[in-house]
Amino acid sequence: MDTSRSPLEATGFSRKLAATIIIVYMIVTLIPITWMVATSFKSVDSAISYPPEVFFEPSLEGYVNLFTNRSRQPKDYLDSLPPPDTWYEELVRSREMVITGPSKFLPRYSNSLIIGFGATFFSVFLGSLAAYALSRFKVPLKDDLLFFILSTRMFPPIAVAVPIFIMYRKLGLGDTHVGMIILYTVVNLSLSVWLLKGFMDEIPREYEEAAMIDGYSRMQAFFKVVLPQATTGIAATAIFCMIFSWNEYAFAVLLTQFNAQTAPPFIPTIIGEGGLDWPAIGAGTTLFLIPVMIFTVVLRKHLLRGITFGAVRK
Amino acid sequence: MAEIEIKNLHKSFGDFVAVKNSNLIIENKEFFVLLGPSGCGKTTTLRMIAGLELPTSGNIYLDKEDVGYLRASQRDIAFVFQLFALYPHMNVRNNLAFPLKMQKLSRSEIDAKVLEAAKLLRIDHLLKSKVSSLAGGDRQRVALGRALVRRPKAFLMDEPLGTLDAEFRELMCLELRKLHDDIDATTVYVTHDQQEAMSMADRIAVMNEGVVLQADSPKVIYNKPKTKFVANFIGSPGMNFIPINEKISPSQSSIKLLDSSLNIPEQKEGTDSNENFLGVRPENLKLVSENGVKGNVFGVEYLGSRKILTIETQLGNIKIRVDSDTQVNINEQIQFDTLNNNQIIFDGSNDKALQSEFMN
Repeated sequence: MDTSRSPLEATGFSRKLAATIIIVYMIVTLIPITWMVATSFKSVDSAISYPPEVFFEPSLEGYVNLFTNRSRQPKDYLDSLPPPDTWYEELVRSREMVITGPSKFLPRYSNSLIIGFGATFFSVFLGSLAAYALSRFKVPLKDDLLFFILSTRMFPPIAVAVPIFIMYRKLGLGDTHVGMIILYTVVNLSLSVWLLKGFMDEIPREYEEAAMIDGYSRMQAFFKVVLPQATTGIAATAIFCMIFSWNEYAFAVLLTQFNAQTAPPFIPTIIGEGGLDWPAIGAGTTLFLIPVMIFTVVLRKHLLRGITFGAVRK
Repeated sequence: MAEIEIKNLHKSFGDFVAVKNSNLIIENKEFFVLLGPSGCGKTTTLRMIAGLELPTSGNIYLDKEDVGYLRASQRDIAFVFQLFALYPHMNVRNNLAFPLKMQKLSRSEIDAKVLEAAKLLRIDHLLKSKVSSLAGGDRQRVALGRALVRRPKAFLMDEPLGTLDAEFRELMCLELRKLHDDIDATTVYVTHDQQEAMSMADRIAVMNEGVVLQADSPKVIYNKPKTKFVANFIGSPGMNFIPINEKISPSQSSIKLLDSSLNIPEQKEGTDSNENFLGVRPENLKLVSENGVKGNVFGVEYLGSRKILTIETQLGNIKIRVDSDTQVNINEQIQFDTLNNNQIIFDGSNDKALQSEFMN
């Protein structure tokens, strides 16, 4: 018998079984995403061909279509134009169209970035202050307060869409970045306070006491000593908040239109412009995935400890 | 460095009274130990001196200045925590520099002071290390370094050696005392370990249930405890208490014990109570062959340089310290007597020691 291995360790068979399950699960979840990325590099024709093409000639048509507005022109007009300057103009001309200007994708995308990161920052910042206070101080009716904070997530946020819509119209917050940041911050705060309170509870008080004796005010001690030790919790919370604000669709459709419209309500509108432009939609969703992916990968090492938090003591 | 004075200090948490109207004067350059069982209020007292808790009432004077209700950051004291509380996200150098950064010193001044403190504690080779990679003793040194780097008016230590293993604890006791002398510090040190207290302190204050029972030098605390609690708490094993069923009057110099009479130091106080106690330390008793108090050996503890015998007598169980080569067997009948005239009479009504020739 092999005694070099701890009896708690998995045997060869169960390891293989686990690996197989993970690989199968990975394939199942990755196929739609792979298909989406593949579609973004197809031409319009090959995207709708039947049977579907697994191997295809890559094209940037989807991306060009995503970033531009185009109009179809008669052949003789196209022939009368000077030869195209750039590769993308050439690509558009070959479909008998001309570029009439940039699309709204970039502004919508940057709206998503501003609102997503803004809401995440404020959720985590305000959440950590509240969590610290609830973790350290005697707050009257603390338990009821915590339950109240949690209860704001006991119904789907969209259930209050109508009052918020009316409120935002009266306050002039509709279709503004500030309005959307406030909304997403408020929705995320309950999660962020609860998650962060757990992490704050685990940080021994001695650290901030030591800092206060070393001459720092409580606020300074909070920023210099407590927050750095809550990085794990902050990272995990930030990821959850970011994913919510980045993907949110219903409120974005309802409250934004021109100025502050985010990418999620914008991407489906591409469908309407000149037939089913699947490559452009694929390109839009692929680009839409990237920031959240980068954000998650950067904070990944904290996330693992973050979501298993409490399961194992340090 | 400074004198610390505590006047009528009182602290309650809801219904629980942690410290009851305590008074203490800790002199300049003194190594002062607060000693007591857990929950006796010693740590709360220390935290009030530090400014981590505010008193319910009373005053704390640091160098004659009333600091009782100031913030911790305004007091110019340093605190060493039991679990060190080194900032885990900083290396050793930054931990030491942290208190100095608040004082708006220049970078070179900070570096010089950090190096000086590190050399004093022999941790200068560790300055770049991460705190998490340090051994217990080195962490302890870094914690001390962070406390002394800005030369505060007083050092407060809350059981700083509690988490170290026994061998290292003894070494650190010596080092701590030497450090205290080297930098002319005023130190207030909290512990529940009487050995630590005895070996380091200039003076010890024994606390129980929020009350300071006695504050004296280790020798006085040991030999002339003012209450039964102190007599029992200090010493290993503690003092023997033999019940005496007679009223004590001033100038009395012997008591009746069973059938015989026993000489005691001449008393200067009397009692109203008929139930009092004779206190005698185990090392102040000796085995005799005749005319002693009779008893059965109930237990023998061998402690290397000595043996502790537990004797069952009509007066209750009595502990005697004897040389380790003394031959005694369990259940053996023996006799013992007092070795000298160092007995203390405790008033049964309030557990306080009576004034006598010896207790002066």
